[in-house]
Amino acid sequence: MTTPGALEHPRVPLLALDTLWFQVAGTVCNLRCTHCFISCAPDNHSHEMMTLEAVRRYLREAAALGVREYYFTGGEPFMNREIFPILEATLQVGPATVLTNGLLLDPKRAALLRALSDASDYSLDLRVSLDGWGPEDHDRIRGRGTFRRALVGIRNLWLAGLNPVVTVTELADGVASSRGRERFIALLRSFGLTRPRLKILPLFRIGAEERRGRPYHDWERLAKDDLIDAEKLQCGSGRMVTSRGVYVCPILIAHPAARMGETGLDWLHPFELSFSACYTRHAMGVTCRT
Amino acid sequence: MKRMAERIAVFGGVYSNHLALEATCRDAVSRGAEGLYCLGDLGAFGPHPDRVFPILDKYGVRTIQGNYEESLARRSTDCNCGYTDPQDNHFAQISFNYTAARTSEAFKDWMGTLPKEFRLDFGGLQMLMAHGSPRKINEFLWYSTSPVPFLSRLLELHQAELLLVSHTGLHWHRRLPANRHVVNVGAIGRPANDGRREVWYALLTSGTDLDVRFIPVEYDFETLAHEMREEKLPAEFIQTIRTGWWTTCLEVLPAKERAAGRF
Repeated sequence: MTTPGALEHPRVPLLALDTLWFQVAGTVCNLRCTHCFISCAPDNHSHEMMTLEAVRRYLREAAALGVREYYFTGGEPFMNREIFPILEATLQVGPATVLTNGLLLDPKRAALLRALSDASDYSLDLRVSLDGWGPEDHDRIRGRGTFRRALVGIRNLWLAGLNPVVTVTELADGVASSRGRERFIALLRSFGLTRPRLKILPLFRIGAEERRGRPYHDWERLAKDDLIDAEKLQCGSGRMVTSRGVYVCPILIAHPAARMGETGLDWLHPFELSFSACYTRHAMGVTCRT
Repeated sequence: MKRMAERIAVFGGVYSNHLALEATCRDAVSRGAEGLYCLGDLGAFGPHPDRVFPILDKYGVRTIQGNYEESLARRSTDCNCGYTDPQDNHFAQISFNYTAARTSEAFKDWMGTLPKEFRLDFGGLQMLMAHGSPRKINEFLWYSTSPVPFLSRLLELHQAELLLVSHTGLHWHRRLPANRHVVNVGAIGRPANDGRREVWYALLTSGTDLDVRFIPVEYDFETLAHEMREEKLPAEFIQTIRTGWWTTCLEVLPAKERAAGRF
């Protein structure tokens, strides 16, 4: 349901390479979330961990192209044994944001992250995922005990002097409404975060989410004449690198057709929006950007 | 032939703070600034937007369009500030609705005549002034998320050696290789989220080594707060003017800038 169709689709130019994502932990994760759009799991080695050396090589290419910001995701980035030197190298050339489930953020790691942040002119931001108001919702998606463990991680960051962005998918009941949002902020305050930062994310009906919710229908594709605003799409200003090369965006790394090549020059081509996940942004009015 | 040193004052984000605007212009003139430049966003946040124009006129301030001028001149329904968070947008809309309703048609028309950028030679440097960035009127160039390689590329693409921007409300200066510079001049409409009540502008002096100084300006913030109360502007805005800490539109801040504030 999510492979490219035979129809012609709109092409998105790369306006500027502002954002570079690293699939730093590959598809390896300490969780097996039921809504993961790339089906990460402890035994999913479709994309492997990235090495410090590989990241350094891409950082050099990225700096030459004027990249503005770097994002790290997985899988679970803190499962990568080289994540701290990787972040240190990154923070020498630009700001870094790490997307994590929070489970490995013990006080020692939180303190290390604080030290990395203090040592750089550039921002180090952490995003920790929660999936509901409490353990009932969150643990059903992410696994037993994970709500409490994620909160411990968030609190460890806060106590180390870092203020993570808590990200919530639309799966959390009513969270997209302004009342739902206020309720979530109140929840975070009750955990001791006096200045909560919250971000609501759209769902993409691919990967594990395709099985949990529903797949896209055949007609949920963009047609050639659909109006596309490249500024609101990740592929208009970003690219993703994994252990297997350069991909158009973090959402589509399970698709061979979304692979663009190996090196910096391969990053600059326009991209054809033939995937159903691209439809989510268009039809729902949401952005697939960060 | 040796050049004479030139000195200019550059500010942005007036946000209808006519008292700070008058104080800034007076201060800049007293420091020998030969030219006064405003990088846009004349309205928002503060009271009585029409009080700004006579002061710009009196001091001969050369002004470019910010997103506010662009939106007001087009009679748009929002400020196009570039926020993505619903809470940020909520307060931005209150600001814009008030400003749009209280700005005269003539002032809005005048805003439509303003250029989007200035290009000048400043002490031998190709200087470019823009509101957010040269490529996008509402782009936020924060210190902690505008790395050297990115800025270098931006300057190269836009053929500039000295770039001056505003839009974020926080001032900074970053030196790039080969004697190139990017300066965010900050805003004079509200404090810089630093717990001080003064507002900041940039004073640039040309020379072998470009001199960039940020000048804090004191003004009668209690009178401004009083006017804001009379105009029924949000208590959160008044709190910022009186305390120096931002209380709204915080979600757009990167980690470092957010951590530096109180809220």
